[in-house]
Amino acid sequence: MTTGIRFDGVSVAYGGDVVLDSLDLTVEPGEVMALLGPSGSGKTTALRAVAGFVRPVSGRVFIGDRDVTDLPPHRRGVGMVVQQYALFPHMRVDANVAFGLKARRAPKDGIAARVAEALEMTGMSAYARRYPRELSGGQQQRVAIARALAVRPGVLLLDEPLSALDARLRSDMLAELARLHRDLPDVSMLYVTHDQMEALTLADRIALMDRSRLQDCGTPQDLYRRPRTEFTASFVGTANLLPVTVTGDGVRFAGAVLDVPAGTAAPGAPATLCVRPHAIGLGEGPNALRGKVTEAQWRGATHRLCVDVAGHRVTADVGEPHGTPPLGTEVTLHFAARDAVLLPAAAAGAGGGAAHG
Amino acid sequence: MLVHSRRARRAVHAVFLALFLPVFALPFLVVAAASLATRWSGILPAGVTLDHYRAATGGDAIDALTTSLLTALAASALALVTGTWAALAAKGSRARRVVGLLFMLPVAVPSVVVGLSLLVAFSRPPLLLNGTSTIVVLAHAVLVTSFAHQAVSAALDRLDPAYEQAAASLGAGPVRVLLRVRLPLLLPSLSAAAGLCFALSMGELSATIMLYPPDWVPLPVKVFAATDRGALFSGAALAVVLMVTTFLVLLAVSRIRTRAVHR
Repeated sequence: MTTGIRFDGVSVAYGGDVVLDSLDLTVEPGEVMALLGPSGSGKTTALRAVAGFVRPVSGRVFIGDRDVTDLPPHRRGVGMVVQQYALFPHMRVDANVAFGLKARRAPKDGIAARVAEALEMTGMSAYARRYPRELSGGQQQRVAIARALAVRPGVLLLDEPLSALDARLRSDMLAELARLHRDLPDVSMLYVTHDQMEALTLADRIALMDRSRLQDCGTPQDLYRRPRTEFTASFVGTANLLPVTVTGDGVRFAGAVLDVPAGTAAPGAPATLCVRPHAIGLGEGPNALRGKVTEAQWRGATHRLCVDVAGHRVTADVGEPHGTPPLGTEVTLHFAARDAVLLPAAAAGAGGGAAHG
Repeated sequence: MLVHSRRARRAVHAVFLALFLPVFALPFLVVAAASLATRWSGILPAGVTLDHYRAATGGDAIDALTTSLLTALAASALALVTGTWAALAAKGSRARRVVGLLFMLPVAVPSVVVGLSLLVAFSRPPLLLNGTSTIVVLAHAVLVTSFAHQAVSAALDRLDPAYEQAAASLGAGPVRVLLRVRLPLLLPSLSAAAGLCFALSMGELSATIMLYPPDWVPLPVKVFAATDRGALFSGAALAVVLMVTTFLVLLAVSRIRTRAVHR
């Protein structure tokens, strides 16, 4: 069974407050779609509209070909995993996993096998007879995933599933989820997160949400390498966003002409130049920018330098061999033309500097 | 731990005992002492005897104890079902406060009024309950439902909706969610409420005295009758039997609660 998810102009409002504004989005069968955005961007509301916990004021939600907008949650046939696990504390692990099967009246003799299979898939077989409170956070989340997968849903909804885990465990679980997705190629996943790393690692496509609206949607590579808006550039990865003016053969930034493909932008138009910190090198080179070091952080493999270039803050992640330049030193930075992306200037408040996603 | 030094802790304990002993313990000790006495003219009772207990654990008195137990069990069960039902139904709606106040009303008026109103309401066919044990149970339930309702709605407010949502997303309909998830998670509060309702009902007198039929005499009525005719010492023995029974039942209920909490 392959099923996708389709939002057709879905709006959700709580007492006049629009928290999701006419969302149009299709998750293809078997695809992992990450809903990425800051808190309050409407991403969790979108997921809850699929699960059936919020009712849209307008628009329709489809799972596969089925319009589920008016169906109660228990008739929708989705699996769901939430941040706080929500394992039933009064049931042992195996009873938790069997809950969905019993609720859907699966044949009795098959339940034990399906429970064992789901626990096996998440590596929790050894813990079947434990109570949830006897497990660590990561183990509880594995059980929650096993519980959702045991009913073999066509659609798996994950609402910030890793947020309650510590950093180390999070990256392990991320790899685990990626493996699960390979093992279950038919299951569509809608993955809500505010963590760009999770989205970039796991998702086939990322839907970027901000202020109740869908801002951008594309593959991780697409959004990262060729962002179309300042918001995308700053929220997916880290970006230097520099205000520039388009000239005939490049752009003008702080008096210097930079060799950047201007594309279709008209000469004289204001624009924003997006350069990733790791694409900027220290020393002379093409597209040189001169400025004073205002901040330096040692990050192990790299240094993060913040350089004041004609009043604009430019962030660069440079390799260790160069050593840390003392604060206040005049340095030269450079970047290759192909690492820069020219964005249309934002309508309002286009400022210089780096935005950290 | 609010108080750290050992001496300060002792001082706090001493103050607590100074408050607790005269207010709570002493009256019960007096009753216990009186239940063993034949006369009480000096500071302490005298003429130690077990005769009152012999009377209090046989014949009429045992019937009255059984009556009290059955009444309290039925009334707290009824109160628990009604209170829980109302709490579940009114959850998250404006009706909640109104329902809470309605249940509280019988507690706010003298219990005699509750007895009287039930008597008036159920004295004519087709609602003829006057003179039956049912009307006693009903009165007790009316008086204690507020406590059950309060306890359960407070617990419902604290219950994370993620549990019922997880259950619903797994395909469980509302009935299964209620029976397999919500009620089990509410169990500690339910058993606490049950204990409170049971204790209140075991000691109820004012409304009962308006309503009880001759074949359904709860123990508090016996205690009152004994003291009323001047038999203070046998009344005290009956009271001790009532207290000990109530205490034992509450102990059993609290064991259910601790087991539920530890799961």
